[in-house]
Amino acid sequence: MTGGTGWPALAMFAAFVLLTLAITRWAARRTRTADDFYAAGGGITGFQNGLAIAGDFMSAASFLGISAQIFADGYDGLIYSIGFLVGWPVVLFLMAERLRHLGRYTFADVASFRFAQAPVRVLAAVSTLTVVLFYLIAQMVGAGQLIRLLFGLPYPYAVAIVGVMMTLYVLFGGMLATTWVQIVKAVLLLGAASFMAAAVLWRFGSPEALFASAVKAKTAAAAAKGVGLAEASAAGRAIMGPGGFIKDPISAISLGLALMFGTAGLPHILMRFFTVPDAKAARTSVLWATGWIGYFYLLTFVIGFGAIVLVGTDPGYLDPAGSPRGGGNMAAIHLAHAVGGDLFLGFVSAVAFATILAVVAGLTLSGASAVSHDLYASVFRHGRVDQAAELRVSRLTVLVLALVAIALGILFEKQNVAFMVSLAFALAASANFPVLLLSLLWRGCTTRGVVAGGALGLVLALGLTLLSPTIWVAILGHETAIFPYGSPALFSMPAAFATIWIVSLLDRSGRAAVDRRGYLAQRVRSETGIGAAGASGH
Amino acid sequence: MQVDAEMLERLAVDPRYRRLVARRGRLAAVLTAIMLAAYLGYILLVAFGKPLLARSLAGGATSVGIPVGLGVILLAIALTGVYVWAANRAFDVEVAAIVADARA
Repeated sequence: MTGGTGWPALAMFAAFVLLTLAITRWAARRTRTADDFYAAGGGITGFQNGLAIAGDFMSAASFLGISAQIFADGYDGLIYSIGFLVGWPVVLFLMAERLRHLGRYTFADVASFRFAQAPVRVLAAVSTLTVVLFYLIAQMVGAGQLIRLLFGLPYPYAVAIVGVMMTLYVLFGGMLATTWVQIVKAVLLLGAASFMAAAVLWRFGSPEALFASAVKAKTAAAAAKGVGLAEASAAGRAIMGPGGFIKDPISAISLGLALMFGTAGLPHILMRFFTVPDAKAARTSVLWATGWIGYFYLLTFVIGFGAIVLVGTDPGYLDPAGSPRGGGNMAAIHLAHAVGGDLFLGFVSAVAFATILAVVAGLTLSGASAVSHDLYASVFRHGRVDQAAELRVSRLTVLVLALVAIALGILFEKQNVAFMVSLAFALAASANFPVLLLSLLWRGCTTRGVVAGGALGLVLALGLTLLSPTIWVAILGHETAIFPYGSPALFSMPAAFATIWIVSLLDRSGRAAVDRRGYLAQRVRSETGIGAAGASGH
Repeated sequence: MQVDAEMLERLAVDPRYRRLVARRGRLAAVLTAIMLAAYLGYILLVAFGKPLLARSLAGGATSVGIPVGLGVILLAIALTGVYVWAANRAFDVEVAAIVADARA
């Protein structure tokens, strides 16, 4: 039980790899046109897309990271997971159907609908690549650490394996393979987590008994460190309430806004709404996704508390210092062994790895389409390009992105994964979300306005993060942070909205008149779907 | 199907279209506001009401924070359900009727 998890894990892992390669082969035969490659031919059902969205969103950082956080601090892990869920209703209420009505392949199709194509698409592509890259680094680092722990492979090899696998899926199978890898992964992850949570509840009989045992376990652990009785009892009780998650309310609200509105600006998530045939399916897919993701976070809560008792009090799973062998992130993996033995441990390890592959495949496809569809086909060739050439550029970009992701994954080995993910959300909330919302709903919005506001939101969010304690103090070694809060969104998102508004109001250019005239047609189409891109290329 | 400017303009001034857009927009705005208020309220409670959330719910280990947290999760799913229900039941039918008339 030290590092590698032995043959069952390797066998399950190999089975998953073979299954996904078979899916890719099947998908490759059905992927001919740009519609197929970017949007799976628009033939994914609402239920399937809901599962795929859940598969895209439930990263290893959620499964291992949040259960590890609950294992360490109890209740705080729940606060974190709630933040990731509340963005989904917003996506449904404001974005999903309108996106489906206006776009074909990328969210830039929607953002640039009535505006000058080149500037808006360049902005959208830059922000897509920035968001995707931070998200991708977080996943690659998580994947590398996980594989090293599970299979005992050196970190660079582990990162390279992930890079090669995701390249195969996206390069040959496009969106169809990516979607089905995400669906398979979602089903496996939900199944494994359900079994673990059920086994934990079965063993304790009720949630109350589980919580009581967890409090007792934490109290005993504190007492073993030699503190007084009252203090140990307080330490035990502390896991049932909020602890150190919130340092100051401003940072907490800022992070909250980033999570809530960032989801509605994540390019790889928005792209999923182009894979379904119509607005109704887009709507249905958010309902399924919200349900599955919410259910999954309930499971991780039970799993984390189960680990406090079943892993935290069993010396077999702990190192001499009393933390889980292989690090805090391994709490859920050890729990799998505690409730299901070697075979289930292998299964959960393989599922955790599959989780990362599915997420990076979606990210890569989104980054590649920003380059090939937005930059190359729309800006560089002004839309006068044949599909074959566009897809060649897309596949080339996949290769480049994979190499960049592998390199950055190795370079950023020691980075804090959760921080990178929250940065990606803050960027999406500060750049993409204001641009999309105002271009969809405000007649007066102009090309200059969205370009100025979107660019400012992106730069401000990046700049404030650079000046924040996590980078300015912890990495660059300065005395105090110039920007004292943990997340920039509370400032950068309103600044982007205000800039779009003011610049658009002051815009008297000829283009602005065209932009405003185009609103009516765009609005009618976004509300009724009249004239929307056909459901399927078949 | 050919979408011409004239048809779009006819649609845009159709009172049924305007009513639909207003009603759907209002529902979306209200549901978004409820979600935002519930979540920010929860965050503020976590920031300023730690003892309340940590208090025992019924004398046992389960704290007040557990049902409150689960409540926010269930609320998110429920609000999504409300919107989908309203859209499937009413909005889709209205959109179909408006579009069919505009084409005629």
